[in-house]
Amino acid sequence: MTRSIRKVLAKESSDPRREISLSVNGEAVTRSVSTRLLLADFLRHELGLTGTHVGCEHGVCGCCTVSIDGATARSCLTLAVQADGAEIRTIEGVAPAPDILHPVQQAFHECHALQCGFCTPGFIMSVVSYFEENENPDLGEDAIRDALSGNLCRCTGYQNIVKAVRRAHELMSGEA
Amino acid sequence: MKPPLFDYVTPESVEEAVAARAAEEDSVLLAGGQSLLATLNFRIANPALLIDISRIAALKGIDVGAGEIIIRAMVRQREVELSDAVHGANPLLREVLQKVAHTVVRNRGTIAGSIAHADAAAELPAMLLATEGVVDVQGPGGTRVIEASDLFKFHLTTSLAGDEMITAVRIPNLAPNTGWSFKEFARRRGDYALAGICALVTLDDNGRCTKARLSACGIASTAVRLESAEAELAGSTLDENTIARAAKAARDCVTAADDSQASTAYRRHLVDTLTQRTVAVARDRALERRAA
Ligand SMILES: Cc1cc2nc3c(=O)[nH]c(=O)nc-3n(C[C@H](O)[C@H](O)[C@H](O)COP(=O)(O)OP(=O)(O)OC[C@H]3O[C@@H](n4cnc5c(N)ncnc54)[C@H](O)[C@@H]3O)c2cc1C
Ligand code: FES
Ligand code: FES
Repeated sequence: MTRSIRKVLAKESSDPRREISLSVNGEAVTRSVSTRLLLADFLRHELGLTGTHVGCEHGVCGCCTVSIDGATARSCLTLAVQADGAEIRTIEGVAPAPDILHPVQQAFHECHALQCGFCTPGFIMSVVSYFEENENPDLGEDAIRDALSGNLCRCTGYQNIVKAVRRAHELMSGEA
Repeated sequence: MKPPLFDYVTPESVEEAVAARAAEEDSVLLAGGQSLLATLNFRIANPALLIDISRIAALKGIDVGAGEIIIRAMVRQREVELSDAVHGANPLLREVLQKVAHTVVRNRGTIAGSIAHADAAAELPAMLLATEGVVDVQGPGGTRVIEASDLFKFHLTTSLAGDEMITAVRIPNLAPNTGWSFKEFARRRGDYALAGICALVTLDDNGRCTKARLSACGIASTAVRLESAEAELAGSTLDENTIARAAKAARDCVTAADDSQASTAYRRHLVDTLTQRTVAVARDRALERRAA
């Protein structure tokens, strides 16, 4: 006979809570959250935005990368309450329309820069931000590797991700 | 894992933050969270109260003055790294910051937070020692200034009292005729270094070294000044033989025991090589600046 570990699920916890208001992919959101809720879990569990992945929960893998007020950040190293008043962009907010890929997404697709795809949302967020921050991005191997250094991929070996960064630049500068 | 239970406040002034800290012994300040959140997620830290200082307007902003750079406590590492005014006043900072973690971490992490965290392998404490910077501190009893040489007591331990906080980090501008360099060796980009060396050397009109400041991270229980190596350089023309002697002296400053990352012998080797390279670069930059 299987034994249930906990017969009655707690309906509510005694966690201290705060109300937060923020913008997520351009939509205004107000929610009451536990003070200890990570931004990553807020996005995934409260808003259903499961494109933001959670790998390591200590800032190392980069799967949870989102943009906070225009700069990339680890959503596993940020509390939801810290994002009160902020503008958040997640992977779901990157493509211009549901059936059109962002050039960086298109480039990853073309260059076979993903295999299992677990790391991909984080990489896309980092690469999109690299192009947004640099009008004339350095596309040398060293600069690209540096821009990607906060994201780990266990599948691809990175070669095709580096290629995709250059391809994305071509797509964005109209050299398709 | 997920963080343990805690309460959370967002004071709007330094006084409020200090009062909140004094009222709850089991509280901790939250700045960028790039070290603290990881320790919460691991449940290494289990505080009753987080005091988020990021909403305090008085802790924002950088001032670059005639003599020093004032970096208030909530200034993110990335802002300092990208500031051309800071770079003009002391180019060592950008060189060091580019080795601290990754862009995405520097977007959130603060200079003061890294210094208060005082990881023995962190680059910024070593930078503060070499530049002979100071931190402005505020507690319930008022304000005081702590010099870098009095700040770092042990890995993750500073001389700040439990109810004090850093309000600003102040770093002297690069002195005339002075060259700088920071180099480290890490296994992966953005990792804490196995060893890192910061060098500042000042030359007189004859190319003699009037002042040398060397510091290291990753080689002892805190960031350390390499005074024995500095003494070898002072008064010399920083020729290769002198630099080699200083590097030998620096090598003897390694006190970190063998660990899973590197043996003591390997760290000594790294310190020797990195000292030779940083001092040579700093010397050449000092000569260039003198010529300019
Ligand atoms: C993947 C990854 C890689 C990293 N690599 C490096 C690296 O290579 N080198 C490196 O140096 N660091 C590295 N770090 C750590 C990073 O630099 C942190 O940003 C920094 O150590 C802490 O700054 P913070 O503002 O995030 O502080 P927090 O995490 O908010 O706080 C850290 C500690 O300092 C205290 N504190 C914060 N501000 C103050 C203040 N004003 N007064 C008193 N106490 C204060 C807090 O209470 C806490 O104990 C890395 C982090 C990650 C996640
Ligand atoms: S889950 Fe945030 S960096 Fe790994
Ligand atoms: S594609 Fe599998 S981890 Fe990157």
